[in-house]
Amino acid sequence: MTLETVSLLAVYSAMAIYTLAFIAFTVDLARRSAAQPVEEVAEAAPVGMLAAASGNRASALVDRLATDAPAAAPLKRSRALRLAMGFTVLGWVLHTAGVVLRGFAAGYAPWSNMYGFAITATAIIVGVFLLVQFWQDLRFLGAYIVGFCLVFLGLATVNFYVAVTPQPPALQSAWLVIHVFVAILGTSFFALGGGLSVVQLLQSRREARGGEGMAFLATLPNAERLENLAYRLILIGFVFWTFTLIAGAVWAERAWGRYWGWDTKEVWTFIIWTIFAGYIHARATRGWRGSRSAWLAIIGFGAVMFNFTVVNLFFKGLHAYSGL
Amino acid sequence: MSSSRPSDHIDSAPVDPTIAQPQLGFVGYLRFFWRQLTSMRTALFLLLLLAFASIPGSLVPQRSSDPNGVIQYKLDYPDLYPILDGLQVFSTYTSIWFSSIYLLLFISLIGCIIPRSVHHYRALRSRPPKTPARLNRLAGYTSVTGQTDAASAIDVARAQLKRSGYRTELYPSAHSTSSGQAGASYSVSAERGYLRETGNLVFHTALVGILVSVAIGGSFGYSGQRVVVEGQKFVNVLGDYDSFNPGRFFASDVLEPFRISLDKFEATYELENQKAIGQVTDYSAYVTTTTPGGDDQKANIKVNEPLAIGGTDVFLLGNGYAPTVTVRDPEGTVVWTDSTPFLPQDTFLTSLGVLKIPDGLSEQLGLVGFFYPTAAKLDSGALSSGFPDLLDPVLSLRVYTGDLGLDAGVPRSVYQLNTDPLTPIAGDGAVDASGAEVPALQLKIGETVELPNGLGTIELTDVKRFASFDIHRDPSQVWVLSFAILILAGLFTGLFIPRRRVWVKATQKADGTVTLEYAGLARGEDPRLEAAVTDIAAAHVKQLGLKVES
Ligand code: HEM
Repeated sequence: MTLETVSLLAVYSAMAIYTLAFIAFTVDLARRSAAQPVEEVAEAAPVGMLAAASGNRASALVDRLATDAPAAAPLKRSRALRLAMGFTVLGWVLHTAGVVLRGFAAGYAPWSNMYGFAITATAIIVGVFLLVQFWQDLRFLGAYIVGFCLVFLGLATVNFYVAVTPQPPALQSAWLVIHVFVAILGTSFFALGGGLSVVQLLQSRREARGGEGMAFLATLPNAERLENLAYRLILIGFVFWTFTLIAGAVWAERAWGRYWGWDTKEVWTFIIWTIFAGYIHARATRGWRGSRSAWLAIIGFGAVMFNFTVVNLFFKGLHAYSGL
Repeated sequence: MSSSRPSDHIDSAPVDPTIAQPQLGFVGYLRFFWRQLTSMRTALFLLLLLAFASIPGSLVPQRSSDPNGVIQYKLDYPDLYPILDGLQVFSTYTSIWFSSIYLLLFISLIGCIIPRSVHHYRALRSRPPKTPARLNRLAGYTSVTGQTDAASAIDVARAQLKRSGYRTELYPSAHSTSSGQAGASYSVSAERGYLRETGNLVFHTALVGILVSVAIGGSFGYSGQRVVVEGQKFVNVLGDYDSFNPGRFFASDVLEPFRISLDKFEATYELENQKAIGQVTDYSAYVTTTTPGGDDQKANIKVNEPLAIGGTDVFLLGNGYAPTVTVRDPEGTVVWTDSTPFLPQDTFLTSLGVLKIPDGLSEQLGLVGFFYPTAAKLDSGALSSGFPDLLDPVLSLRVYTGDLGLDAGVPRSVYQLNTDPLTPIAGDGAVDASGAEVPALQLKIGETVELPNGLGTIELTDVKRFASFDIHRDPSQVWVLSFAILILAGLFTGLFIPRRRVWVKATQKADGTVTLEYAGLARGEDPRLEAAVTDIAAAHVKQLGLKVES
C-alpha cells in the first residue's frame, strides 16, 4: 500500500469517527433541551467589561488568598458530551495523520489542490476547535464544527479526490505554504466566531421573548457573553487574515512580479478583510453592538466560505492555474 | 474621557441632539458635514460599501488583469457589454465610483486620525486623573478591611503598580501629613496600556501610508516584457523591449544599464508518476548578466525566484520552443535564418509560429508552422504532441506566397500572418500544376526539403528554447512592505494590549482599622480587567501582610 492510499484510509476512518462525534454532540444538545441545569445558568452570568460589579468581592479574595489557586470547580457534563469530545480528538488524530502522510507522499505541503486543501483546512479547523477548549468551554459548538468539517471532507473525497502529482513551479514557494496555512488559521477563528454569532442571535431572540425558545439555549452563556467571545475570536482571526493578505501579496510579487493585481482571489480576500474591519468598527459604534454586529460576523464568515468554494471552483483567475 | 474619538464611538458620551443640530450658515453646514464624515457610523458604512463595490470586479474580467477576457466578454454578451462598459465595470478598481468610495473613506480616516493623535499626544504627557469619589460602581471592585497604616499602604500599592508598568499618581499628592486621622483617605490612581491607542493610530496611519505609496510610488516605476531565445541577449533600453508599460512619472533614465544573455533554458518533466507524466516540475533559466562596472554574473532565474539587478527585478514568466530555420535560394545561398519563438498551445507544448521571408526569393514567402516536440499521430492522421520535451521533434509548415503587407506601414504582430490575400503552395488545400494536393512540409532536425515551385530549400537547423521575462521596477515596494509591517504591528498592540485605569484607595476608620478599596476601568475591550483588579488586590494584601476580616 502506498502512503497515498494509507492517507486516504486515515481520512475515511477520521470521517467515520467524526460521524460518531457528531451524533454524540447532537445527543448532548438534545439532552440539554430536556434538562434545565441550574448551576450552568449561574456560570453564564455576564462578565462583560462594562458590567458593574455590585457585590463585595472580599470573599472571592479570601478564597484566592487561602488557596492561591483558581477555585473553579469543574462542571459535570453529560456523558454524551465527553464521548463526543473523545471521538473528536481520536478523529482529529487520524485526520491529521492523513494530511501528514499525504504530505510525505507528495514531498511538499499538500494543500495546492482542492482535495489537499480541504483535508488540511478541516484538520486545522477541528484542531483550533479542540485547542480553544483550553481557553473557554465552547463544546456546544461541537456539532456545528464537526458537522461542517464532515460535509467538506465528504465533498472533497467524493468530488475532488486527485492522485498526488508533482508541484508545478508557480506553486513552489514557501510564501504560499505560509499564506495558505495562516489563511486557514484565520478561517478557523472566523468559523468559531460565526458559530457563536448565530447562537448569539438565537439567544438574544430568546432573551427578548423572556426565555421562550429553543430549550438548550438555557444551558448556554447569555447573548452578551456570546458576543464578547465571538468578538475576541474574530479579532484573532482578523490578525491572521491581515497576515494572509500580506503573505499572499509577497508571494504574488515573487511569482508574478506584482504584489497586487485585483485577481479574483485577491479581490475576495480583500472583501473579507474589509467586512471584518467593518465588524470590528461596528462593535465600537453606538447602535451597532448586539445583533447587527453578529450579522456582520456571519456575513463575513459566509464570504470566507464563498471564497473557498464558489470562487475556487467557478471563477477565473490566476489562482486557478497551475503551471506556466 | 475619549473626547477625541468620534462622537458615536461606544465609549463616548451620547451627544445631546440639540447640540448636534447644525448652526445655520455655510460654516455651520461644513462643520456638520465634517463631523458626519468622520463619525464611526460613516467609516463603517464606507467600509461595508467598499467591500460591496469590490464584488463586480470579481464577476467580470478586468482590463488590467485579463484584457483578452474582456474582448471575449464583448463577443459573448454583445447587449450587456456596452452597459457594463459605461459603468466602468471592466476597470472596477480604477472606476470613478470605486475611487470615490475609497477616497471618501481615507478622508474620513485622516479626519479621524489627526484629532486622535493630538489628543493621544496630550494624554501621553499628562498624569493619571483624580481618583473617583465612589469606586464601588466600577469594574472588579474589591474592598478589604484590616490593621495597617493607610498612607504607607498606598505607597506600597503605588510601587507595586509601577512595577507592573502602570503610570501612577498619588491623591492627595503628599501622604506624610495627617496620617492616622479617622476619615483620612489616600489613594493612588494608575493607568497603563497607552500603547493600545498608539498601536491603533499607527495602524490607521499606515493604511494611509499604503494608499499613498501605491498611488504615487507606483507611477515612478515601469514593467516590460521581452522574449529571449537561448544564446541571445537583452539590453535594458527602451527599444529592446517587446512591450513596455511605463508608470505616469516614468523617465527613461531610471532604466538601469545591464545586459542579460540567456545561456540555457532547462525544463524538467515528470517521468515516473503515471498520473502526471509530462507535468512540469521545474523551469530554470540560466543567464549571464553584465553591468557596466562589474564582471559577468551567472544566475538562475526560476518561477518563484526572480533575479534582482540593482532595483530592477527580472521574472521568468513563460517559455517555449524556438525552431531555427534556414532558407536557401535555388543556388544554395542562405537568404534567411532565424530562431523564431513559437507560442505554446497546450500542456505538451504543441506550438504555433509564423515565419515571414520578404526578400531573397523570387516571391515573398509566409509560413505558418506547428511544432511538435514529441510528435504523435492522432487517429485522424493529424499530428499532435505527446510529451513536452524534445523526444521526436517535428516541424510542420504551411507555405504561402503573395504580398505579406510588410511595407504598408501598418504594425503587424510577429505571431500572426493574415493568410487571406496569400496563395497556399503547401498545405491548407494547396494544389500543384497537375491539380494534385500538396501537403504541408514536415521537417525533423537537420532535414532539408524543397520548397514547392522550385523556390528554394528550407532546413530545420536546430530547435532552441526561449524564455519570456518580465522586467519590473517599482520604487514604492519597500514603502508598501514597511507600511504593511506597521499595520500588523499596530494591529497587535492596538488589539491585544489592554488599556485600563486602576485605583487603590485607603480610608482610615474610627476604630483604627483601614479599609482598602480596589477598582478598575476599561478603556476599550478588556476582558481580563476584573481578574486583573482582583490579582492586584490579592498581591497588595499579601505584601502588606494583612489579616483579612471580610
Ligand atoms: C480605511 C479604512 C479603515 C480600516 C481598514 C480600519 C480598520 C480598523 C481596525 C482593524 C481596527 C481595530 C484595530 C485597532 O484597534 O488597532 C479599527 C479600530 C478603530 N477605528 Fe478604524 N479603520 C478604518 C477607518 C477608520 C475611520 C475612518 C475611523 C474614524 C471614524 C476609524 C476609527 C476607529 C476607531 C475609533 C477604532 C477603535 C475601535 C475600538 O475602540 O475598539 N477607523 N479600525
